Amino acid sequence: MDHGRVVMDGSDIARAIRRLSHEIVESTKGSQDLVLLGIPTRGVELSQRIAAAIEEIESQAVSQGSLDITLYRDDLRLKPARALLPTAIPVGGIEDKIVVLVDDVLYSGRSVRAALDALNDVGRPRAVRLAVLVDRGHRQLPIRPDFVGKNLPTSTQQLVRVHLRDTDGIDSVVVSEEVR
Amino acid sequence: MKHLLSTADLSLEDAVLILDTAAEMALLTDREVKKLPTLRGRTVVNLFFEDSTRTRISFEVAAKRLSADVINFAAKGSSISKGESLKDTALTLQAMGADAVVVRHPSSGAPYRLAHADWIDATVINAGDGTHEHPTQALLDAYTLRAHLAGPTGSLRGVRVAIVGDVLHSRVARSNVHLLQTLGAKVTLVAPPTLLPIGVEQWGCAVSYDFDEVLADQDAVMMLRVQGERMNQAFFPSTLEYSRLYGLDTPRMATMGTNSIVLHPGPMNRGMEISADVADDPRSLMVEQVTNGVHVRMAVLYLLLGGMKESAS
Repeated sequence: MDHGRVVMDGSDIARAIRRLSHEIVESTKGSQDLVLLGIPTRGVELSQRIAAAIEEIESQAVSQGSLDITLYRDDLRLKPARALLPTAIPVGGIEDKIVVLVDDVLYSGRSVRAALDALNDVGRPRAVRLAVLVDRGHRQLPIRPDFVGKNLPTSTQQLVRVHLRDTDGIDSVVVSEEVR
Repeated sequence: MKHLLSTADLSLEDAVLILDTAAEMALLTDREVKKLPTLRGRTVVNLFFEDSTRTRISFEVAAKRLSADVINFAAKGSSISKGESLKDTALTLQAMGADAVVVRHPSSGAPYRLAHADWIDATVINAGDGTHEHPTQALLDAYTLRAHLAGPTGSLRGVRVAIVGDVLHSRVARSNVHLLQTLGAKVTLVAPPTLLPIGVEQWGCAVSYDFDEVLADQDAVMMLRVQGERMNQAFFPSTLEYSRLYGLDTPRMATMGTNSIVLHPGPMNRGMEISADVADDPRSLMVEQVTNGVHVRMAVLYLLLGGMKESAS
């Protein structure tokens, strides 16, 4: 269904998630104050898989949830109104926790800016970190990720699509030439 | 969609989108910081030619929670009382740069006129026009029914709802019949023949004159206010007779299913269409309807104003 070059397959994604999970618990020195918040849609599944991996590493439950950024976007007026996606802040909240935002692709950085604004209305975490499966460059805002699955040099003409098992039935990252 | 004038204009997908969005709004405002930045810089005018407590405040709270600027414009104390026409009022609002006009008017069709007469570019939201429609009330009723009878994202398909009382003067009834039927519910109107509009048989729902016969198989009962202020003749012999035949009191409520719920759009005439005991019963959800109203109106404002400006369709 998707034409283009597969740059990560199922086992590449599994390895990247495993490494990200290790890096996250290493930097937070354990998982007790850690809250993983996925940005819908695919960031949520990614954050669930990272949470499962960290639970295995640390043998301790990890709080995980989702944070919809639709109402905080800066491009709302450029497109028709979109449907909202679920926000689920884990019990215990984010107050004084280390929040790791999880998204599939980091591109302009505008989604992350919106997520930071959304987070601000939920509470005041001790620190906020950013984990992404793919960093494709071309930032438009001064935002950088703390944990990266794969750095993927792209041109702005290209389209990067992340597919995940539960959402799309397959694990893969595909780069295609965008047809305009 | 640019305007919300009638629930008859809503497809099943539109209606479900509004209800789902309202459910998310409910979660987002259930926290300390209730304000969202989404409609920053937009202006919403509440244009009320008729008295209202709930609807006006509800729209005001909804718009403010989305960070819109709100201007309240009541007919009393404005140039309307000096005889200004709807058109001149509309042109004034246009000149002041309103992005949305929430309008309540005693004449049926006034919001439609405002939306389609080319006087203003703003989005028009009908907050009740005469005896015609009150779409956001129907949406909040459907939201409340769904939350109690079908789960947060469930379907109202097959749910049985009786709408009881002054259907003739009720914009709430008409909006609810359209919307609930779109959502797949089975609606029965219950009223004395004098309080049913002409042509009600074309609404596509069941009609009954006998409340007791209908009551036992309903999942929900929606009581309507007897609108004395719109009655210029005798529609029923006496208040007592009306409340005996069509009022919901404790003995009658006992014949309802144990999981059935009671709605009322408010304001209630306690002792007329609903007894005080029933009004205060835990199965009566009037207070919850008011809370849900804010979330539904936030959803409507967001979906109509949050995105790109559409040219009039």
